[in-house]
Amino acid sequence: MADNAATTAANTDTQVETVAGEFRRRDFINVAAISAAGVGGAAVLLPLISQMAPSKDVLAESTTELDVSAIEPGQAIKAVFRKQPLFVRRLTPQEIAAADAVPIGDLRDPQTLAERTKEGHGDMLITMGVCTHLGCVPLGAAEGENKGEFGGYFCPCHGSHYDTAARIRKGPAPTNLVVPDYEFTTDTTVVVG
Amino acid sequence: MSFPWAKQYEPTNGLTKFLDEKLPVPRLVYNAVGAGYPVPRNLSYFWNFGVLAGFFLMLQIVTGVVLAMHYAANASVAFATTEHIMRDINWGWLMRYAHANGASFFFIVVYIHIFRGFFYSSYKAPREMIWLLGVVIFLLMMATAFMGYVLPWGQMSFWGAKVITGLFGAIPLVGEPIQVWLLGGFAPDNAALNRFFSLHFLLPFVIMGVVIMHIWALHIPGSSNPTGVEVKSESDTVPFHPYYTAKDGFGLGVILLLFFAMVFFLPNYLGHPDNYIEANPLSTPAHIVPEWYFWPFYAILRAFTFDFILPAKLWGVLGMFAAILMWFFLPWLDKSPVRSGHYRPLFRKFFWFGLIPAMAVLFYCGGAPAEEPFVMLSQIATAYYFLHFLVIIPIVSQVEKPEPLPYSITEAVLGSDKKAVLGENTEPAV
Amino acid sequence: MIRIIAILVGLGFAFVALISFVVGAYTAATEEAPDTHLPYEHPQDVNFSFDGPFGTWDYGQLQRGYKVYKEVCSACHSLKFVALRNLGELGYTEAQVKAEAATWTVPGIDPNTGEASTRPGEPTDYFPKPYPNNVAAAAANNNAIPPDLSLITKARADGTNYVASLLTGYRPPSEELLAEHPEAAPGPGLYHNVYFPNMNLAMAPPLTSNGQVTYDDGTEATIGQMATDVAAFLTWTAEPTLVKRKQTGWPVLIFVLFATILAWFSKTQIWAAVKPKKTKA
Repeated sequence: MADNAATTAANTDTQVETVAGEFRRRDFINVAAISAAGVGGAAVLLPLISQMAPSKDVLAESTTELDVSAIEPGQAIKAVFRKQPLFVRRLTPQEIAAADAVPIGDLRDPQTLAERTKEGHGDMLITMGVCTHLGCVPLGAAEGENKGEFGGYFCPCHGSHYDTAARIRKGPAPTNLVVPDYEFTTDTTVVVG
Repeated sequence: MSFPWAKQYEPTNGLTKFLDEKLPVPRLVYNAVGAGYPVPRNLSYFWNFGVLAGFFLMLQIVTGVVLAMHYAANASVAFATTEHIMRDINWGWLMRYAHANGASFFFIVVYIHIFRGFFYSSYKAPREMIWLLGVVIFLLMMATAFMGYVLPWGQMSFWGAKVITGLFGAIPLVGEPIQVWLLGGFAPDNAALNRFFSLHFLLPFVIMGVVIMHIWALHIPGSSNPTGVEVKSESDTVPFHPYYTAKDGFGLGVILLLFFAMVFFLPNYLGHPDNYIEANPLSTPAHIVPEWYFWPFYAILRAFTFDFILPAKLWGVLGMFAAILMWFFLPWLDKSPVRSGHYRPLFRKFFWFGLIPAMAVLFYCGGAPAEEPFVMLSQIATAYYFLHFLVIIPIVSQVEKPEPLPYSITEAVLGSDKKAVLGENTEPAV
Repeated sequence: MIRIIAILVGLGFAFVALISFVVGAYTAATEEAPDTHLPYEHPQDVNFSFDGPFGTWDYGQLQRGYKVYKEVCSACHSLKFVALRNLGELGYTEAQVKAEAATWTVPGIDPNTGEASTRPGEPTDYFPKPYPNNVAAAAANNNAIPPDLSLITKARADGTNYVASLLTGYRPPSEELLAEHPEAAPGPGLYHNVYFPNMNLAMAPPLTSNGQVTYDDGTEATIGQMATDVAAFLTWTAEPTLVKRKQTGWPVLIFVLFATILAWFSKTQIWAAVKPKKTKA
């Protein structure tokens, strides 16, 4: 169609030069009609593309509310946020100390523990349970799992080790475990997303 | 093949030259629907409906592929996923309403296309193959539409599937095993729903293949025209592009206005309320009716109520299938030397005062409940329908004296053809 | 040859169809067919804000209708395709939706034992069903299963008017009706309603007194008002996109009309050189 339109336009263009007046008007109306068809075709793309975007029921489930009161220091739970695992860990004072002891400059993705937690809740470490390498679920959230060389999380797929602040310390992963957007609505309730 | 005066495709730039050498798609398009296809200059708006049918086939495929992304063919969730499409998917309601009404418009357009063929005897030599392929397309469309209507798994979906597959039960001896085999069970359920979905997705692409052959076959003799006189010289034709692309563009605009008016303001008008009730094998709707485009054939099915040698049910099934299958023989039943109904006085009378009223009655009665007077009306119309194609056309085409034809299309359009005065095979008209 | 066969086949089918006609006509003429049609009434034409091509929702009415559903209908009728979050489309704020959702009790799982229990609803939950399954629904309702109401106004002919009419259509059968159709008398456990196709239904009149529901906006809750409001609400549940559909339709139609007019001018200009000028004979 577009090709045809172009050739018609080209043909009539040459005629415009030879004959005046009337051809110019015909040229205009044809170009207008073809443009209108093009605009219509483009408008049809809008619903065709947006139908593949998340539907209303998926968007409605894009926040997760958590009650963190039952998590003891040293314990972690696995929750689900947007159909992906979410690690919620209450750090022990030793773990906090270990995390704070690491010189920032040595880190691949420099961040302090304080930057990765909320003020007043420095012991609640909430991260996605998705390895930043290729998306596997790291071990270490459940009791008895391998926590890796740095006592945080360990991804068994390609051997990424995360420390107690879930920062990447060793292995192929490029960045720390992602901290999602969240806020404490009460002292014990967290809304993620 | 094409006419000797057909414009030749000439690639202009490097890319089109390269393509023309390696994969001459631009040349194909140019010769199929471009300036390289000479078309009779006197086509009426009835000749728009082939292109429109092609448009609605594409619309159904696009919206159908979208719907298939969100639909689940499982009897326990099919109805719910349909509602999910209507409520939660972005623009899902538009996709579904466009698909449901698109099916209706596809049939409207194709029915007009077919009746154009009946009136102008487009099926006659040398266009028999185009006609045969067209009947195949129509049969495939009916199968596709029927299976598509089952997918939402509403009450009419379920009971329509049950009734139509039940028709096979009328075949002696093998009927019931065939019915059970078709359904993959003893009543429509998951197995039937899944295979209907699979075939409903597949068949449109088969239709597209047959449509390509239909168009291919068309390009051998070229398009027919309202006079039925074959093209004689260049002055009888105009190139498809820009003349008929422009005319088809306008026709498409008009039909889209009607289509969108239905989709946005009366989307459920052609549907049945019962299909918004989830399928329930334990409760039959008060009136089971198929979609409107099946009504004439449904009326023929129900018209046979008397056990004459064979059971009435079998007569109904045979009649319904024969009503379409006999179209295959039409090119050889019509012996008239003249094509167009405009020049066939007797044929024309039977068409306007016989076939059209009979079809109208069949359409109306097929959608009405199986009560009097609808059954009796459809019986008379059914009898006429068979007589028209199988008795009247063979006899009338033999006995009627056609009216004088114009010498050529040019003469029909302009009132005179220079060659007609000078005699044939002189200089081609300019 | 083929035409001789065709003529025979055609005569055969026509003959059988005509025999069927003659037999049917004879039966119709000799046997009096009992009139099984009950003279039920077609729904009244009620005015709604969403009627017509320019229709819009009346959010006050939808909220009132929601209250009628919640306080009256929901005791027996489910609304299974509608989520509590959808109430946000009725003009409630996010906080109101959350609070409203919590007033519904939905099935849940006890986090400690894993046993089935109940909990307050959240916006992502769907409207809870009053009965756990059809058997329970039938047992509690004299064997008549109350239909789901999500799609009721699309699942009945002229559904919005039908719901509004049905809810106000309960009255004892008239003497003339019983004289002509004795079968129209309500059987045990059935209630007479002039808008129901077989004139007797298992649902007891649900709206029985004015003020049965207390409207928050001060509208007087007459039976007719409640019936109209809940019919409007159920039109929204059946098709939440109804108004959006109509509002999308106008620009689309106007654009296509504009493009079609352009196409017509384009077509006439292209054909101008080929078309002979119409001359009057």
